Amino acid sequence: MANLYRDTGVVLRVQKLGEADRIITLLTQRHGKLRAVAKGVRRTTSKFGARLEPFGHVDAQFYPGRTLDIVTQVQTLDAFGVGLVSDYQRYTAGCAVLETADRLAAEEGEPALRLYLLVTGALRALATTDRDPSLVLDAFLLRAMSFAGWAPAVDECARCGEAGPHRAFSVQGGGVMCDGCRPPGSSSPASDTLRLLAALLHGRWAVVDGVSPSARREASGLVAAHLQWHLERQLRSLPLVERRARVADD
Amino acid sequence: MYEGPVQDLIDELGRLPGVGPKSAQRIAFHLLAADPADIGKLQDALQKVKDGVVFCDVCGNVSAETTCRICRDPRRDPSVVCVVEEPKDVLAVERTREFKGRYHVLGGALDPLSGVGPDQLRIRQLLTRMSTRTDGQDITEIIIATDPNTEGEATATYLVRMLRDFPGLAVTRLASGLPMGGDLEFADELTLGRALSGRRSM
Ligand SMILES: [Zn+2]
Ligand SMILES: [Zn+2]
Repeated sequence: MANLYRDTGVVLRVQKLGEADRIITLLTQRHGKLRAVAKGVRRTTSKFGARLEPFGHVDAQFYPGRTLDIVTQVQTLDAFGVGLVSDYQRYTAGCAVLETADRLAAEEGEPALRLYLLVTGALRALATTDRDPSLVLDAFLLRAMSFAGWAPAVDECARCGEAGPHRAFSVQGGGVMCDGCRPPGSSSPASDTLRLLAALLHGRWAVVDGVSPSARREASGLVAAHLQWHLERQLRSLPLVERRARVADD
Repeated sequence: MYEGPVQDLIDELGRLPGVGPKSAQRIAFHLLAADPADIGKLQDALQKVKDGVVFCDVCGNVSAETTCRICRDPRRDPSVVCVVEEPKDVLAVERTREFKGRYHVLGGALDPLSGVGPDQLRIRQLLTRMSTRTDGQDITEIIIATDPNTEGEATATYLVRMLRDFPGLAVTRLASGLPMGGDLEFADELTLGRALSGRRSM
């Protein structure tokens, strides 16, 4: 068929369709967010198997349908789900990555290459490394917000641009603020917390790894508050992310 | 895509078995144009089917009485409990006629993308059940029979973590592996991984 096309993508979400089909939402390298139908995928004899489950990083072929395109072939590039489902904390962090990506790539078909690379990078770190999943998630959220154009200010004052470090943080004000600009009701996080936010946003993991658990918790709270402030609807998965200190899983 | 409530309704209808995106759209616009009194009748009918069904206070399965037939049956071994996601899974296991223990129905799987965390499932009730004796007997084995997909696997992982500190309790997971009649080279990574970790000696 002439109109067949191929792309690589991460499965963000699956929805049941009819008796045995599913609508698969993918974040792809070249076509941005893409919704396509996988026919017969819920049958145990399906040729797709578990390749089109959430977290799957796949190379897929599609043909254009009348309303939604149809998946014709799938190959797995990375089965991130295998690593994530065996550790509940990593699984919940991975779900928040998927839901955030789904929200930020709102327009279907609009290229989102940077977000795609960020999502695969975050899932790879969650599924295959020992990094604290909570920190991986926060770094992902901060950078995803910066792609969207509303990362919190972490160095200079969000209002007047005065060089930091500053002591106040205001979600409504857009991040850290100098003493002259800080609005009433802004919080005063620990200086380590603000240092951690900057390190996460800029990917300075050497700094990140040395920060105390209490600063990590506080930073997670600020990141979540900032994200929710900018999204119209609340994320379902974010409150369900296990943020506690690492517990060894089987 | 439509905006707001209309698209939400289409999405919800599209989740019903046998309803495709086009039928969902057709039903949604039919409802949108319908008489408010007719909508009220539909709402009532939906509410009644929800209110009229009882869930077993022990296992959470759908039941005609406060305690279901299986939980009342003295011939069913109370020391072995099979944990499933949905009442329909109880029926599926019952059809095999292989299982003589009892059940615990979670009411779904841990699925943060749909807003389902541990508090939304009957996990606390399972732990309570673990620490109370039934018919003078302790639960000594839990068989986790959640679905072999991403959410089911994550739910099994979570349950294993919650249950591993109970002394003398054996926790097992339904073996799941390659579909019979298939070629190994066509198996996907998730399925092959499960088949490897669940391998048995011969
Ligand atoms: Zn200022
Ligand atoms: Zn029962």
